[in-house]
Amino acid sequence: MLNHERQPLTSKRVQLMATCLCDAFHDDVAVATVQVLEYLGCTIDFPQAQTCCGQPAFNGGDWPASRKVVRHTVKTFTGSDPVVLPSGSCAGMLFHGAPLEFEKEPDLGAVEALGRRTWEIGDFIVNGLGVKAWPGRFDATVAFHRSCHTRGSNSGDAARTLLRSIAGLKLVEFGEGEQCCGFGGTFSVSFPNISAAMGNLKIENVLAAKPDILVSGDMSCLMHLGGLAEKEGIPMKTLHLAQVLRDALRADGLL
Amino acid sequence: MRFQPIDQAAARLNPETRAAVYNGTKTGHEKRTRVLFDHYAEPNRLRELAGGIKQHVIENLDTYLPAVEAKLQSNGAKVHWAATADAACNAVLRIMRARGATKIVKSKTMVSEEIELEGFLEKHGVESLETDLGEFIVQIDHDHPSHIVKPIIHKNRRDIAASFEKNGLGAFDDNPETITRRARQFLRHKYMEADVGLTGANFVVAESGRIVLVTNEGNSRFCLAATRCHIVLVGIEKILPRDRDLALLLNLLGRSGTAQQITVYTEFISGPKAPTQPDGPEEMHVIFVDNGRTDVLATECRDILRCIRCGACLNVCPVYRQAGGHAYRSVYPGPVGAVLSPLLLGKNFPQKADLPKASSLCGACQEVCPVNIPIPDLLLRLRDRAKREHVPSPGTPPMGAWALLASQPAIWKAALFGGRLMNYLPTTLLPIPALRAWEKARTLPRWRGGEFRKWMKNRNRPRD
Repeated sequence: MLNHERQPLTSKRVQLMATCLCDAFHDDVAVATVQVLEYLGCTIDFPQAQTCCGQPAFNGGDWPASRKVVRHTVKTFTGSDPVVLPSGSCAGMLFHGAPLEFEKEPDLGAVEALGRRTWEIGDFIVNGLGVKAWPGRFDATVAFHRSCHTRGSNSGDAARTLLRSIAGLKLVEFGEGEQCCGFGGTFSVSFPNISAAMGNLKIENVLAAKPDILVSGDMSCLMHLGGLAEKEGIPMKTLHLAQVLRDALRADGLL
Repeated sequence: MRFQPIDQAAARLNPETRAAVYNGTKTGHEKRTRVLFDHYAEPNRLRELAGGIKQHVIENLDTYLPAVEAKLQSNGAKVHWAATADAACNAVLRIMRARGATKIVKSKTMVSEEIELEGFLEKHGVESLETDLGEFIVQIDHDHPSHIVKPIIHKNRRDIAASFEKNGLGAFDDNPETITRRARQFLRHKYMEADVGLTGANFVVAESGRIVLVTNEGNSRFCLAATRCHIVLVGIEKILPRDRDLALLLNLLGRSGTAQQITVYTEFISGPKAPTQPDGPEEMHVIFVDNGRTDVLATECRDILRCIRCGACLNVCPVYRQAGGHAYRSVYPGPVGAVLSPLLLGKNFPQKADLPKASSLCGACQEVCPVNIPIPDLLLRLRDRAKREHVPSPGTPPMGAWALLASQPAIWKAALFGGRLMNYLPTTLLPIPALRAWEKARTLPRWRGGEFRKWMKNRNRPRD
């Protein structure tokens, strides 16, 4: 499945891909990602020309359109530094989806090379930088939704390792954790009934575990679940993993 | 606004049916996971190994098929090749006619559903009777199976009791024991009246020519014990190289399909009755069915032919759980069906090109597949194919303008800032169907395009 070979880290210079969702809606998640990485001693480079990973068209079936965007991304993220994203889904697109749609393209090599230096933030912290315990404090009961596109990758375990290690944070499991939230990119608008039913079921399962906050490594899941809950008038607080890590540092005056 | 057919089917599904499907699949999946992880330290390695074996078979069918034919013949079975559904149906009919037979008892076989054998035989004066309880209920209801392993997962016991009553099998009584006893009483005589027993095959071993059948009701044994002629209907992809491969595949099949260590009955059939054996069918025919499989083999989606029909991907699939099996308009529903059913249509692929869209690409199907089929990748390949064949896809937003935007950084940045309009305009005024579909059930967060870029820029500016 998703496990992919990565080149070992040689420096702490990092290229940040903020993802289009954070660029358009969730700027604080990108800010938190920068703050967390800088706390760990990384230097951040933010290539201004970045746009999107190309996944919407890839999943929508328009591979030529998707390849156009992937090529732009490959051109934007040059060099050999690791590319870190606050999204398991977009990271998976770069190391798994893009090579699939470039199978017969002459520039497959360049696409694969970008994939080998692509990391989801939690995976980068735990398996790239070797940080297994997180300092600071976060007083809350947290439910963690492992986004589906990290299935088979190290990201889910990495996030849980970090969350469990935070002082004051209690991690609770909830029913049917392996099930999808129902977002699925274009699926959410072309299958609105099934998508909403899946999301409402997820919310029901999460709330049954009585967490203070629902945390995930992907804003797409949280935007869908949060949007469903808000429409129904159900109070449900959501945070991205990077925001929890940043807030934990802040609570202890480490930032 | 138009949406995908499977989404519409899910919206129309009656809540009782949805509850039956949801409960059946959820329980099935949870038991499967428990039993697999309780019994094996690393089930995922077993899935990969099993996948490797089946992939090897489908990539070497050209040598395995003649080998298995020779072995079956030397075991005393007759081998038939059916390129199409019609050819397979006619092969069955020819065997019946040659024997002057008019009655078949059937054990569960998905291939017979695929080739629509029952209707064909009926037209030609042959009575074929399902003996698997679920399939029997489907048959008396003139319904279709909605699940590969649990054909009546969409029915509850009240539905079944009502159809028993309607079909003269006793007054309404929804006690499962009564239902089973009545079916048994009805079927017992039928076995004795039939001349031919028809089964599928879960595996055919090339090395030994063994046909392997797994069932839980013992009905396939009755079919073979009471009849003189055994017909096996099997897809050409069901071959395993060696008997020893069964150790792995049977262990995975039982656990993945029904959370059993091993099914109640596992039969190994090496040919017709030998002169020294007291009973059993004296004639055995194996009909290998292609019906589109070699076309699938020629595509980049050939991995789907590894499938051993356990149904685990149906049980875990959130879309199947919401829509039920009939929504897929196919003999093979769920994730495996969303790949296999359109592919089996060959050039008529566009008729079912919407099936591969019915997935959030969550990957749960691959995670549970006992032969590790990369179903999400195959779904994606078929979406690409549908687009290339210009099949319309209702509800899928057009991607051309987006791709243009996302490959031109200057325009992208302008759009990031321009998107703020959305915060001031009622979104119902915006001519974007996808946005309206989103907002039907969800709110959209405030547009904050460019805020992060501003923050990055300001913090890097030297302070005064």
